[in-house]
Amino acid sequence: MPTFVYMTACDGCGHCVDICPSDIMHIDPTTRRAVNIEPNFCWECYSCVKACPQNAIDDRGYSDFAPMGHKVRVLREPEKGTISWRLKFRDGREKNFVSPIRTTEWGSIKCASEYEQPSTASFDSAELAHEPDYLKADGGLRTISKQQFKKHPIAKEKTSNLKAAE
Amino acid sequence: MAGKKTHFVDSDILVIGGGFGGCGAAYESRYWGRDKKIVVVEKANIERSGAVAQGLYAINCYMGMRWGQNEPEDYVRYQRNDLMGLVREDLGYDIGRHVDSTVHKFEEWGLPIMTDENGQYQREGKWQIMIHGESYKPIVAEAARKAATEVYNRIMVTHLLKDKKQPNRVAGAVGFNVRTGDFYVFQSKAVIVGAGGASHIFKPHSAGEGMGRTWYAPWSSGSAYALPIRIGAKMTQMENRIVLTRFKDGYGPVGAYFLHLKTYTQNGFGEAYEPKWRDSIEKMVGDYVNHEPVPTCLRNHAFLKEVEAGGGPIRMVTKEAFKDPHKEIVGWENFLGMTIGQAVVWAANNIDPKEINPELVMSEPYVMGSHATCSGAWASGPEDYAPDEYQWGYNRMMTVDGLFGAGDTLGGTPHKFSSGSFTEGRLAGKAAVKYVDDLKGNTPEVDESEYMELKQEIYQPLENYRVGRNEITAGTVSPSYMLPLAGLQRLEKIMDEYCGGCGQRYMVNTPLMERGIELLKMLREDLANLGADGLHQLLRAWELHHRVLASECVMAHTMYREETRWPGYYYRGDFPKLDDKKWHCFTLSQYDEETGEFHMEKAPVYHIVDEHKKAAE
Repeated sequence: MPTFVYMTACDGCGHCVDICPSDIMHIDPTTRRAVNIEPNFCWECYSCVKACPQNAIDDRGYSDFAPMGHKVRVLREPEKGTISWRLKFRDGREKNFVSPIRTTEWGSIKCASEYEQPSTASFDSAELAHEPDYLKADGGLRTISKQQFKKHPIAKEKTSNLKAAE
Repeated sequence: MAGKKTHFVDSDILVIGGGFGGCGAAYESRYWGRDKKIVVVEKANIERSGAVAQGLYAINCYMGMRWGQNEPEDYVRYQRNDLMGLVREDLGYDIGRHVDSTVHKFEEWGLPIMTDENGQYQREGKWQIMIHGESYKPIVAEAARKAATEVYNRIMVTHLLKDKKQPNRVAGAVGFNVRTGDFYVFQSKAVIVGAGGASHIFKPHSAGEGMGRTWYAPWSSGSAYALPIRIGAKMTQMENRIVLTRFKDGYGPVGAYFLHLKTYTQNGFGEAYEPKWRDSIEKMVGDYVNHEPVPTCLRNHAFLKEVEAGGGPIRMVTKEAFKDPHKEIVGWENFLGMTIGQAVVWAANNIDPKEINPELVMSEPYVMGSHATCSGAWASGPEDYAPDEYQWGYNRMMTVDGLFGAGDTLGGTPHKFSSGSFTEGRLAGKAAVKYVDDLKGNTPEVDESEYMELKQEIYQPLENYRVGRNEITAGTVSPSYMLPLAGLQRLEKIMDEYCGGCGQRYMVNTPLMERGIELLKMLREDLANLGADGLHQLLRAWELHHRVLASECVMAHTMYREETRWPGYYYRGDFPKLDDKKWHCFTLSQYDEETGEFHMEKAPVYHIVDEHKKAAE
């Protein structure tokens, strides 16, 4: 099973259930702990692994092509703005990587409605929000003349009705 | 299931799907429509949903107009060239002229974009810039959550609703909550579909646990297509499925390897193989073989021919590049940032690309609209320059009134990727605000008899299971109901064998598809017998419904286009060559729910820029 949950570490908090894009992390009614109920619909996206406050979730490569004995562990630290990875090969070799994940405070994005109300002229133009300023390009928003269009002729009209299922 | 509680949610703008298209739509519609009620509905949690849930290591659509790198015209040439001549150039130009402002906003929001020694964004290739994108989706979701009036997570939208009075107008959508089971009726003045393309309609290489490691996310269930198809929106280029060259088993992307790390491919004997197949490609597609860069499908074709001729496995030559410690880090972080499964495969197999040139594979086909392919709904073009034939109201509105789309949903616009899909959501969002303003008092109304009938249909799999389960002792084998996984595997086998899957080396012809259509019809009938033991399986049941309808549309389009336009994506054995005389056009389909037929027609291609850059430019 691509992701799995360690019995002694999981406290059944449900963060993984809440985040899983595939809806496959569930709380087992008997153990009251999380379980991947559908490993063949797991993308190994690690959303659950990253979200687990107990580091109780790990991944074991897909059984149909991954030999055993490897590990790819992750520590995501949103407050530090980093993600750290440790890879362990089947033969024991290790590799470590750290990357930034965000340059601003979490929650700091200004809401679209906090900007000054755009003018009617801007609404009627082809501009999107924050344009032309945010294009940062000389000449502003590009356009093209309708006259430039060349229609490629269609050889002959062919229509048909293909019976498909009801 | 009369017992399920029904919730009614009214809105001005309803956004279905909280991926990049949907998040862009939410942001932009709030910016222009301060007084509007904007509702986002998502089957997972928008914090980590859609194709970018896992993160990305590059933004593949950025012009760089500020540094004089590319103009929208160049982007249109690139799209057209890669898709063998057939793209909606008006829509592509629109993405190109706006996408830079989207990316600059992402940077301001906190997305770490790498820079080069001149302080410019680090280019991976002509169109791609490199990012540390592990939190790309959470960052974009933060902006969307703030913009939306309400976000409904964990609601699977199953159907769009038509207006009571005007049949060619959308009035909302219905769905169910995957956690509580409650039924939701969304009534809205405008609807923007930002749902996902389709994985798992063709049988994947891996049939065990590894079937989850498809290239496109397993939760991309073709809702982008099934929702508009069912209410009669015209679709385009649905035959234009994509097949991808990827690292074997993990489907790790090759873009950064080719473009930035300058690694290259060889056959199993260490030889360059692409030049060998050039002449045979020319016989199929003529002058397109001389285009630069070589279209994605034609490079696939050379790979496939080489393997068929006994030259496999195809490998990526990484040993040289990975001697540079910086490149080694980029090579690994590239996967950890967007395809962790590939790093797992290499760690498990003791593959260190410093020592071993890793194997590549040609994937199973996928149907989507934002990568090197452009399946999707037929949409109205930009107000200020689209040709009259492409312009029937509002930018990015489909052929159904009030129904807009973005990202995978809209056809004819390949190479949007994350930033272009968000940008297209912005375009649809602004246009939807205009549409709602122009309605004045003429608001659409949902039809109670329609949604009550759908409610019955939506929960039927639970009832089928409840009744059928008592017939058998235990297990998964029932004479009365079909489990969603069984139905999915049946669909994948039909599409693989009768519509050009990897098991048939992507080959298809008329007799095969005639049989395929019959088989799909029986599968469609059997969907009435789907059995679900709970809400999770009910979700899978409706994902399957969406995949089957999308597949029927793919089959109809593939049958209609009598040529091999994209060798390396699929081959028509009965029409083995590209035929510009007859088929330099779009294919359009419209589904009739009453008869179950797809009406097919051609639509003209307009070229808005010259093929070659003028010398003066």
